[in-house]
Amino acid sequence: MTAWERFADSFFNARVAAEYLPKIIDGFWLTVVLALSIVVSGLAAGLLLALVRSLGVRPLNWLIIFVVDLFRALPPLVIITLLFFGLPAAGMELSGFASTWLALSLVLMAFSEEIFWAGITSVPKGQWEAARSTGLTFLQTLRLVVLPQAIRLTIPPLTNRTIAITKGTALASVVAVQEILGAANAGVSFSFNPTPLTLGALAYLVLFIPVVVFGRWVETRFAWRR
Amino acid sequence: MSWDDFAFAFFNLDIIREASPILIQGLVQTILLSLLVVPLGLFGGIVLALLSTVRNPLVRWPLIAWVDVFRALPPLVLLVFVYAGLPFAGLELPAWAAVAIGFFLNTGAYYGEILRAGIESVPRGQMEAARSTGLTRGQAMAYVVLPQAVRNVLPDLISNTLEVVKLTSIASVVALPELLYQARQAQSVTYNASPIVAAAVIYFIMLWPVVRLLSRLENRQLAAARG
Repeated sequence: MTAWERFADSFFNARVAAEYLPKIIDGFWLTVVLALSIVVSGLAAGLLLALVRSLGVRPLNWLIIFVVDLFRALPPLVIITLLFFGLPAAGMELSGFASTWLALSLVLMAFSEEIFWAGITSVPKGQWEAARSTGLTFLQTLRLVVLPQAIRLTIPPLTNRTIAITKGTALASVVAVQEILGAANAGVSFSFNPTPLTLGALAYLVLFIPVVVFGRWVETRFAWRR
Repeated sequence: MSWDDFAFAFFNLDIIREASPILIQGLVQTILLSLLVVPLGLFGGIVLALLSTVRNPLVRWPLIAWVDVFRALPPLVLLVFVYAGLPFAGLELPAWAAVAIGFFLNTGAYYGEILRAGIESVPRGQMEAARSTGLTRGQAMAYVVLPQAVRNVLPDLISNTLEVVKLTSIASVVALPELLYQARQAQSVTYNASPIVAAAVIYFIMLWPVVRLLSRLENRQLAAARG
């Protein structure tokens, strides 16, 4: 066997690929479900925190700032480890899926709160006052005047951050979730052949290349021209 | 669960004291690892950003493909591929070398995108003016364009560096004895979560000042963009 044949037999082995492809596809959908639930709950929680912060209650704002800083400073894998291996000591068992979902949602919440908040504060005070003086309520002002301007400004950083955090779903493999990387790892140790890893890497490319290209497009589309 | 039980499980000072030598060893490894992968990623980023100023499509398209592929692959996937995959090709790497390669590919692509945006933000006239004073293209890039480019994207560079330092925690997956790995070891020996809590506190103390700084820089940047 030539070196190339040996290489192909290791990394592009058709027999192994056929055997483990269904597992990788299952993992693919699990990654999609996990990523989407993180995006929904993380962004919703982040927006909610930013809105609460705009009420301007001092002690509450300090608490929000601390929580945001905390989840921006801690590595996601540390949070996942703490939830998965630590919480059972408090009599609370979280599955690997739930630990990863919760940890990455908290991280996305922290980053998106910061971005939403920067967007809200970037809308000049005069807009608030003008809107209120036309008779709009606080909530109407927020919904109809401030948020549309704030969200436009926040879309590029928000998109990039969301993409980066959803890629963290691969960390779930550490707590035994059979998402793409978990399924690929299991495949490698059963077959003693790295082809499942090749398939896994391809699955991530299929999933995230369009997302990365979309992020690049959003960045130019929504850029404020100085 | 009473407060005492909670404190025993998560803030057990006896266990933390006992684990502190290996936690400190882990912290040292985390710092050394960061000092290895941050300059490596920056170097890769500068090379990619400089290549992106080349207009030739034979450079341009492979470069975009390279950057997008390594931005699309989760860093842990790259790391596992290098560490667990390459031995099958007869290339057995120690954990730290696998981490260095994986991080170089991933963080290099990110730094590259940031620096490219920085170079593009420097007006063309700067390069032309520098060339007309007799500087070579390389000199003009090094002394005129790059310093301004770096200043323009400094918040993004700091933010990415923070992410890279946090990311070194994934080296625990390939058994490199950094902070998280040591905390997990201590936790599994003592069957108590306090070492992991201690590691989290160490990360927080180490990185909180950076987060504060960034939060200020980003707010200022958004306000400026709004004009």
